[in-house]
Amino acid sequence: MSLLDVRDLSVVFQRRGERPFTAVDKVSFSVEPGQTVGLVGESGCGKSVTSLAIMGLLPKRGNKVTGEVRFEGANLLKLRPDDMRDRRGRDIGMIFQDPLSSLNPVIPIGVQVAEVLERHQGMDRRKALREARQLLDAVGIPDPERRLKEYPHQISGGMRQRALIAIALACKPRLLIADEPTTALDVTIQAQILTLLKQLVDETGTALIMITHDLGVVAGLCDTVNVLYGGKVVERAARHELFARPRHPYTHGLLNSVPRLDSVRGERLHAIRGSVADNIPWTEGCAFAPRCDHVVDACLEGAPPLEPTATGGDLRCNNPVPVEVTVP
Amino acid sequence: MTERTEPLVELRDVKVHFPIKSGLLVDRTVGYVYAVDGVSLSINAGETYGLVGESGCGKSTLGRGLLRLVEPTDGEVVFDGTDVRSLKGESLRRTRRRMQMIFQDPLSSLDPRQSVESLLVEGLKAHGLADDKAATGKRLRETLDAVGLPGSALSKYPHEFSGGQRQRIGIARALVLNPELIVADEPVSALDVSIQAQVLNLLEDLQNERGLTYLIIAHDLAVVRHIADTVGVMYLGGLVEEASSDDLYREPMHPYTRALMSAVPVPDPLVEDRRERILLAGDLPSPTNPPAGCRFHTRCPWAQPTRCADERPALREVLGGHRVACHYAEEIAAGRIRPHEVEPELVRPDDGGSPGDTGELIPTP
Repeated sequence: MSLLDVRDLSVVFQRRGERPFTAVDKVSFSVEPGQTVGLVGESGCGKSVTSLAIMGLLPKRGNKVTGEVRFEGANLLKLRPDDMRDRRGRDIGMIFQDPLSSLNPVIPIGVQVAEVLERHQGMDRRKALREARQLLDAVGIPDPERRLKEYPHQISGGMRQRALIAIALACKPRLLIADEPTTALDVTIQAQILTLLKQLVDETGTALIMITHDLGVVAGLCDTVNVLYGGKVVERAARHELFARPRHPYTHGLLNSVPRLDSVRGERLHAIRGSVADNIPWTEGCAFAPRCDHVVDACLEGAPPLEPTATGGDLRCNNPVPVEVTVP
Repeated sequence: MTERTEPLVELRDVKVHFPIKSGLLVDRTVGYVYAVDGVSLSINAGETYGLVGESGCGKSTLGRGLLRLVEPTDGEVVFDGTDVRSLKGESLRRTRRRMQMIFQDPLSSLDPRQSVESLLVEGLKAHGLADDKAATGKRLRETLDAVGLPGSALSKYPHEFSGGQRQRIGIARALVLNPELIVADEPVSALDVSIQAQVLNLLEDLQNERGLTYLIIAHDLAVVRHIADTVGVMYLGGLVEEASSDDLYREPMHPYTRALMSAVPVPDPLVEDRRERILLAGDLPSPTNPPAGCRFHTRCPWAQPTRCADERPALREVLGGHRVACHYAEEIAAGRIRPHEVEPELVRPDDGGSPGDTGELIPTP
């Protein structure tokens, strides 16, 4: 059994008097114990909403979540709020993008780490703080004894993200969801945090869902990568396969449009034309069709199905990029 | 492209220090943020100079100092043979038409209540170039065409455009005055990856068509390497390395550049799996109280017990055209000095304002 099995997850936002907006459209993927899975896509592709839906963190009103999120067999979407609260932080940890706004500015860091231990493991404050000290040490925060008493504004961005990781890992969850954990950080600090995450995942055997827009981050970290576009998974493949032979024109276009540090200079970037504003709804065809160089008639006759590929991945495309013509 | 022998822009030992004020009734200066502390560089006409560095290294302040959007505290800013710092009033205004800026966030740098036409005409009016209505209209449409926007965009407002299109408006606004130099501060970092490539290609096309000179400021090394001819790397207010884009990538010589390069993720698992990362310990020290000697010595894996901590290295030419500010650049390149462990020093963001906020402080007169 998979650790996490997301099946046909849809999130529809609806406000009175407005057309409903489908942010996540029948997304399915699974995470095996200890596996690192990437959700990649640009802003508006539904990657963050997917993670919030899994964690049950979407607001109660104004949206409709359907489908199944099975964590070790139990459907998280059907749990009572109290039961979900027990699992959050204990079974599933989460790290957000901006560490300053996800830490409470008026509570010392030590207490914020200890809180999780008190809530889920029934420790008393003194014992929890001792444990918190060790956690801060484990995530590489220098002088953890003193950091315990300090407030988030007193430490740097990279240290805050480390503190957040300490909180997320405090109860040794079996799944960790990281939503753009390094986007707010400088590259050298990003490298520190990614190395730390990789090391902790290896040591503790925690499964990780990595949500990011940065293909470079995915390339170094994820076992399996799901590429999202317009709320749907358009391509899923093992890491090496995806980068060596991207089949979906969107994935292919993305990889070709990023300037690479190690590429030959002076080559023109192959931009994907248009923008997400040009998307058509999936009911009318492939959302990517208006921007796609490989578009065929069938692309404008309803959404293409997500079909397994010969290499063990999945692909949603009528006219995929031929295997020969790929990124050099 | 016009070939000139003398550089279009020359910065000599430019410093921008922001005072930190304190006190209830009387403002006392309690210290300085040394945002830019002695930078010399030159940009040839028709060339692209890329300035990279992490947040708080002073790269944006340097770009603004060049246009005198913040007043440099010291040093010379020479544009086309004249020292911009000595200009006043009308002559400053005339020079400013020739140097324009593109900002990072197109949404906050475009007035939401001005139509595109009004945004573009404003600059022309300020320089007395909008007298002939028909000619102005033609000029606006030509400019929009050059950045790939339809003429119908003129009557629209910024919120009606997507992020990539807004950045095109920002570029059009800079372009409409027909400048020679464009300073672009993080022109693509607010955009999605697929849109970034469009804007980068546009910037390159415009340069080829009009012979523009660019100073591109960015934190993304891959972007800078792609677009720039010469790259300068900044760390804590100073230039630590400068070389042609290819040289810098082929052989980064400053330890900081090496660490920076090795930290940039490459979208290729084969490369990622094999790479050796140079992980820097700790955070960027505060620019209010930069370390003595070499500013990087507190985090440098190659730091030596002598000279590094007490003598600030000058930017010197090590190989042809490759300038490095490191005492031991040759020894490190030859492998005679091995990297060692560095104990991270704790850096407090409240040591005098976070580095990102420096732009809001008042510059020294």
